[in-house]
Amino acid sequence: MIQFQANKTLLTSSGRQEMEIAFEVEKGQLLTLYGPSGAGKTTILRILSGLTSISSGYIAVDGEVWYDPRKKINVPTQRRSIGFVFQDFGLFPHWSVYDNLRYALPKGEDPHLMHELIELMELGPLQHTRPIFLSGGQQQRVALARAIVRKPRLLLLDEPLSALDDDMRHRLQDYIERIRRHYDLTTVLVTHHLPEILRLADEVIWLDKGRIKLQGAPEKIFPGLANSPRAPRT
Amino acid sequence: MTDWQPLWLSFRLAFITTVLLLVISIPLAYWLAYSRWRGKAVIEALISLPMVLPPTVLGFYLLIALSPSHLVFTFTGLVIASLFYSLPFMVNPLISGFKSLPPALRESSYTLGKSGWTTLIKVLLPNIRPSLLTGIVLSFAHTIGEFGVVLMIGGNIPGRTRLASLAIYDEMESMNYAAASTYALILFTFSFSILLIVHLVNHHFSRPDPLS
Repeated sequence: MIQFQANKTLLTSSGRQEMEIAFEVEKGQLLTLYGPSGAGKTTILRILSGLTSISSGYIAVDGEVWYDPRKKINVPTQRRSIGFVFQDFGLFPHWSVYDNLRYALPKGEDPHLMHELIELMELGPLQHTRPIFLSGGQQQRVALARAIVRKPRLLLLDEPLSALDDDMRHRLQDYIERIRRHYDLTTVLVTHHLPEILRLADEVIWLDKGRIKLQGAPEKIFPGLANSPRAPRT
Repeated sequence: MTDWQPLWLSFRLAFITTVLLLVISIPLAYWLAYSRWRGKAVIEALISLPMVLPPTVLGFYLLIALSPSHLVFTFTGLVIASLFYSLPFMVNPLISGFKSLPPALRESSYTLGKSGWTTLIKVLLPNIRPSLLTGIVLSFAHTIGEFGVVLMIGGNIPGRTRLASLAIYDEMESMNYAAASTYALILFTFSFSILLIVHLVNHHFSRPDPLS
């Protein structure tokens, strides 16, 4: 379970903006952050991962406190159990797919999960290829597999499917769903894509100017789209 | 007959200076590239100062600084002077290299639980190879080409601090043009070759590897 509360001053294209957000996510659930650019969606992922600092707030995941300034707790990014898929993937260009995954595997850890992920994400034929020679969809699969290799408690996805065509997007949504259910991962997904929300999300937070505008089940937030044939619920 | 001692001394000085600069500059450039400390502009300006300052100004201050330690007119003194004089030629390419990398590269390594040191050695440095090569070669070549600073700190003592660049000047003064020409031609050929290699290798690095 994620308990999240954060206050931060955001510097956006329209000037300074105070962000005040608080929410909770049950273990194994997928929360989608939706809203216009500059609303604070990516910032929330970065705050959860410890890559961006906040002026005050509280973060706890599965009962473990990651941030609590009153108790002077601020767990560094390296010690937070997260898997982060960046918008531009952040794959290491000098290594093959296999080496990217092996780097993520903690020392002394059984490589069984790594091989399982290579199978699950259909990366076998690509494992000796460097990321520069992969398509967007293939890179996304590698980034997702790499984020999960260290068995994180929390999976953070920052618009990972934004640059893909509909067919590839559907296939990768299936991968995300399969991986999430298989490893019971609590997930926070940033996306602008409404069918994706309806297909994957258990809960949606609609952000605007650093505040929560709406929160609830996707069918409740987007009632008009819930019956759309383009958005089958799995 | 050509006296090879000045050339040997020049290359030895350049080699030692480059190795030491590499060790000093990697953490320094890493810090300057990623630190948010506002005062770092002062440090960056100080590092780049030898690029615009007359070598005699730097030589003068180094002479004053090194005098109490009896390092003036010694090879060690030359190494210390060269470290200051060639520092921007190593640090600046490395800073540019670090800054050119996408932030997600460093941040994704952190999110995979890797320390700053592991990230630097395993992720960042292999991806700034062209900058590393440029820094190494420019520092080496620039140290070979030093004149003003090494004249003031080293004193042009044959066999100890008389470098190739100083030997050319001496031979010219003695109207021994043949020897001056030999030294000049060797330094010219060396400098041209080394810069050509850097450009060729950097072109190679900038192309995707078709074998991978």
